[in-house]
This record gives sequence, structure tokens and C-alpha cells, in this order.
Amino acid sequence: MGVNLKELSKQEDLFASGHRACAGCGPAIAIRQALLASGKDTVVGFSTGCMEVVSTIFPYTAWKVPYIHSLFENVAATISGVEAGYKALKKKGKIKKDINLIAFGGDGGTYDIGLQALSGAMERGHNMLYICYDNQAYMNTGIQRSSATPYGASTTTSPSGKVIPGKTRWRKDLTEIMAAHDIPYVAQASISEWRDYMSKVQKALSIKGPKFIVVFAPCQLGWYYKKEDTIKIADMAVKSRFWPLYEVENGIHKITKDPKKVIPVEEWLKLQGRFRHLFKNGNKKIIEEIQEKVDGRWEKLKKLEEVGL
Amino acid sequence: MKVAAKTANEAMAEAMRQINPDVVAAYPITPSTEIVQLFSQFVADGLVDTEFVPVESEHSAASACTGAAAAGARVMTATASQGLALMNEVLFVTAGLRLPMVICEIARTLSAPINIHCDHSDTMDQRDTGWMQFYAEDSQEAYDLVIQAMKISEEAFLPAMVSADAFILSHSLQRIDMLEDREVQTFLGEHKTPFNLLDTDHPITVGPLDLQDYYFEHKRSEAQAMKDADKVIKKVFRDFGKKFGRNYKLIEEYKMKDAKRAIVLMGSTAGTAKEVVDTLRADGEKVGLVKIFAFRPWPTEEINKALKDVECLGVMDRAEGMSGFGAPLFTEVRSSLFDEKKKPDTYGYVYGLGGRDITPEDIRKVFDDLKMVKRGKKLQRNSYLGVRE
Repeated sequence: MGVNLKELSKQEDLFASGHRACAGCGPAIAIRQALLASGKDTVVGFSTGCMEVVSTIFPYTAWKVPYIHSLFENVAATISGVEAGYKALKKKGKIKKDINLIAFGGDGGTYDIGLQALSGAMERGHNMLYICYDNQAYMNTGIQRSSATPYGASTTTSPSGKVIPGKTRWRKDLTEIMAAHDIPYVAQASISEWRDYMSKVQKALSIKGPKFIVVFAPCQLGWYYKKEDTIKIADMAVKSRFWPLYEVENGIHKITKDPKKVIPVEEWLKLQGRFRHLFKNGNKKIIEEIQEKVDGRWEKLKKLEEVGL
Repeated sequence: MKVAAKTANEAMAEAMRQINPDVVAAYPITPSTEIVQLFSQFVADGLVDTEFVPVESEHSAASACTGAAAAGARVMTATASQGLALMNEVLFVTAGLRLPMVICEIARTLSAPINIHCDHSDTMDQRDTGWMQFYAEDSQEAYDLVIQAMKISEEAFLPAMVSADAFILSHSLQRIDMLEDREVQTFLGEHKTPFNLLDTDHPITVGPLDLQDYYFEHKRSEAQAMKDADKVIKKVFRDFGKKFGRNYKLIEEYKMKDAKRAIVLMGSTAGTAKEVVDTLRADGEKVGLVKIFAFRPWPTEEINKALKDVECLGVMDRAEGMSGFGAPLFTEVRSSLFDEKKKPDTYGYVYGLGGRDITPEDIRKVFDDLKMVKRGKKLQRNSYLGVRE
């Protein structure tokens, strides 16, 4: 399945301009691309977070598709209920159309507080797609660490200080946790690889059952880089193999983008203020640890792909 | 009409079967588990058309039901105690979004210490959520109230919970008169919603961010809906009574006509209290009972009217409230009466916490206390029944 730029350019944007996201907002791009891929017969659920706050300040809305926000941790449960209602009403002939159901959550709402509801919804097998826009911290409340925040990053609750150099724990590998749910489709994507991401969204929506995509969506405000660099930062995360693009379809891992020219992770880290302290004396070891972790994970992924797992 | 022997759990599950909701999302918890089990069997046997969602928590049960209600489905669930407490955050959302929904609730106490038995701590904890609350005295009322609550909820655009006392009702077999399935369906009619999340041709945004400039107006209109819900409740109660011969009011007045001393309470204790009233009446004592069916919306007018000629009043709470001033029902009744020129001298009694039995002797003690007040004895404003001090 291909995503054609020429066709896309004719399509109406379903996430309207005029929302109040920051300039250079990665998650806003993630939503826009997902909706272009899914089309207008889509119902969206949203977890509390940046994108919920900036897109629906009453009496305005940026959503040209039906949208529901309930709470922070319950978007997966909310959309699973919408799906149950949809099935019931379709059975009764009250609804005729085929509708895509997409739940969106940030990393805080997905990796942390919403993990239980997400796990439950995936296990129950609802026909829905969950998209996590991962900007690696609680940005809406002011850049607090989440379990998606990378090792070494400075946030307002894992600040780099005189004795602690930012976050001291590795980030949770939610993609593999979701794959372990034995659902038909799990993928990692990035807003910088729009064709790859949108193809994954379309592929996911073509499969019946629960699907999960986590899309890498940099936050200029929380990562401290120049706002015009959002796509560049996302691109470098892929090229440094910090953020591998891959999918797990029916349990089989497949790398969807193997960067031709791999860059050292240090190149990516140094563009972001959240890692600035790592470049000070005595912290070089942390950068090496990060590179080792990135290499190790990539090797593991390659092996899984090679042996067909 | 069919006569059957049903526990409140069974009676409520039967009501759910006859309502045949589009979606039920539920999670097990003692003592309401049985409702969910029975209903799952109805689903497995093809007796209902319901999409049953066996969620991983009560938080998700309430969330899934709320999502389904926004999608235009008729939705129900069942829970108790900690389950209801875990739903708390979502309950505000259901009510705030003005979505109809019914919870079959079994009133059980809250931890700590852990205890699975009856009191009203769980529902009292939810009294500010914007949900209507109904309390049943027996299986029959639990059954009737669930059916009526569904209609009330859909007409008032407010969610409702119907509460039956843990074990005392949930697990006790009683005789009930059941309606025919089609009578329930005709009474409820088709569920219609003004907006529907699934209408992709007319997209709506549900649950937007609502700031200082609009939030207050939305909450004000929600409060008005709760205030006006009494009219819907009365109408539905009236229709139900006319059709099926069982008449409900916001409050039940038992031998209140010339009563000088009275008790106010909710739930299964009414049965015991009625017997005490009968015994005392046989001795020529002018005593009566007010049982509250609808705790939310609070029936001020009805309460004040029923109690206007009462001299001494005991309000019996099956929840503590932990205010240091008086339990929830007591403060509500006393506050209601405050502006009346003629009002009873009102005392609060907390009883039956964690399933402690309430006996006719306990209730008699309340009436005796009230008699002593009349004779000039000074009584503590709030006290406890049946506790070791």
C-alpha cells in the first residue's frame, strides 16, 4: 500500500489549522498525518494532554471528524466502549457505514497512567487503532519525566543537578510490551518518515482487531531545540537508530527503514537542550552508555528480523 | 405479570435482561459480581443483543460505558464499594457530558479496614458527581427502580445509580412481580440521542477544554438539569404506576399523617423500621417513617412537607461522613428544614457500618430517645446505634 503525495495534496485536512499548538509541534504533525491516512469516516478518542488542550478550546474545535475526550488514563477504554456501541448499533441497522476508530494518547497517557486501560483494550480484541504520540515527557504539565523519557534527559522532575545527571532510568520499551499482547499489528513510526508512518496507519486500519502504533513526535519546547528543527530532530533519531522504524505483524518483526548512513547518537543528542549537561565534564560516559544501548537494541531487532520472529 | 423469587442481584440482572441494553461494560466485585455473571450468561445464551465488554477495572467499565453512551448506545453496568469509588473520576465525566447510563449498585462499605458488607459509604462518596441516586428497600423496588431509572436517565440526560443494600438485599431471596419483556421494552421505547459521535457526516467534538469563560455556564446548566430531574422522575414514576400498578414517589411516607415522632432513612432498614412503627402505633404512639427513594436530586419540598408537623426527628445514616458534625443524610435533612418556621428537633444516628445488624430494638431506642427529648431530656445531637464505645 503506497501513500501518494499527489493524491494527498488534494485531500482535505481533517485536523484544521488555527489550533493552538506551539510552532514546530511534532504531535500536531503526527495527528494531521494520521487523519490524512485514515480519511473522514474516522472517530477519534483523545487522552488528556497537549494535543487535547490545544485542539478543542470551547467553543472552537480543530477536529473535522467526530472526537471524544474523557480523561487522562482512559482513552483506550473509552474507544473500546465506542467500538462496542458501534457494533451494537450496526447490528441493529442504526449505523450503516464502516468507521475507523482511533484512540490517541501522549506518552504519559499511554506508557504510564493509561497503560492498564490500553493493555485491557488490546487484550479484549476491540477493532481499534491506538496511536501514541511520543514526545518523551509530560509536556502539557511542563516537561516532567515519564517512563518514555530517555536515559540522561533532563526534565523538570528528573532535572540535571550537581549530583544527578538527568533521568537515571532507561525508557520503557512499550512497543515490545504491546507486541507481547499478541495483537495483529504493532509499529514504531516517526513524523519525519511520513510515507512510512501513513502507510502504517493505513495498514493498521485495514486489519481487523486491536492495533498499536507509537509515533516519534519531538517537542521543541521540552527538548530545547530550534522550532524549525522538529523534522530534522525526528529524522536524526531514526538515522542514529535511537528510534528504529519497524513493525510487528502477527508477531513477526520487520524493520521498515534501515538508515543507509548511520549517524552517532551523540550528533542527535547535542542538538537538544535536554541533553546539554551530558556534554559537560564527567558525563561523557552517559553518552557512551546511550550509544551502547542504541546499538544493542538495533542488533536485537536485526536478529529478530533475521530469524523471522 | 409474573411472580418470581429473586435476590436483589437476580432482580436487577433480570431488569437488565429485559432492558436489553446495547452495551454493558462491567467488572466483578463482591457483592455485585452475581449481576455481571448472570448478565454474561444472558449474553452467552443469546437472550440479549448486548455487546458485553468484560473490562479490566471499574474505571474502564465506567469509561467504556461513557464512550458507548456518547456513541448513542443504551448502556448499563453494575458495581459496588471500591468499584464505585474507582469509577468516581469517570462518573463526573458521564454526568458532565450529560450522558444517560444506569449503574446497578450494591451498597457496600469502603476500606480501610476491608469489609465486604453493607453500608452506604460508597454511594454517599459519590453524591456530588451529578448522578441521580435511588435507594431500594427490597428486591421488588430494586427491579422496578432499575427499569424506571433507565427511562428517567434518558429523559433527563443525566446518569443514574440504583442502590440495593449488600447481602441484606443482594443475596436474600424475595418474592417479586416481574413485568413481561415486551412491557419493559414498550415502557422504555427506543433510545434516541440528539447528537451521535458515530455520525461522521456531522462531526461533533465531545468533551472539549472548557475554560473560565464557559465552564461555569456548563456546570450551571448541569445543576439545573439535576434540579429539574424531579419533574422527569415524577412523570416516569406516574407512568409506571399507571401502567403497572406499583406507585413510586421521591419519598415514601409511612404512617406519617399525624406522626409527632419520625425517622428518616434509606434502603433495606425501612422494612425493619416499618415493623417498629406498626408495633408502636398499636400501642397508640404517634410515630412514622420517611423513606427516601431519591437522594439525588434531593427532594427538599417533599421532605419538608412530610416533616412539617413532626416534633422530634431521628435521621438514620448508614454512612459516617467523617465531618465531625453529622452524617450525610442528617446534614441534608436538617439543612432542608432550616428555613421552615415549624420544624422538628432533629437528631442524627449512625448505624450499621460494615454490615452491623440493625435490630427493631435499635430503632425503638431512637423513638424512645425522641420521646425523652419531648419530655425535656437533653440528647446528643449525633450519636451511634449498636456500636461498642
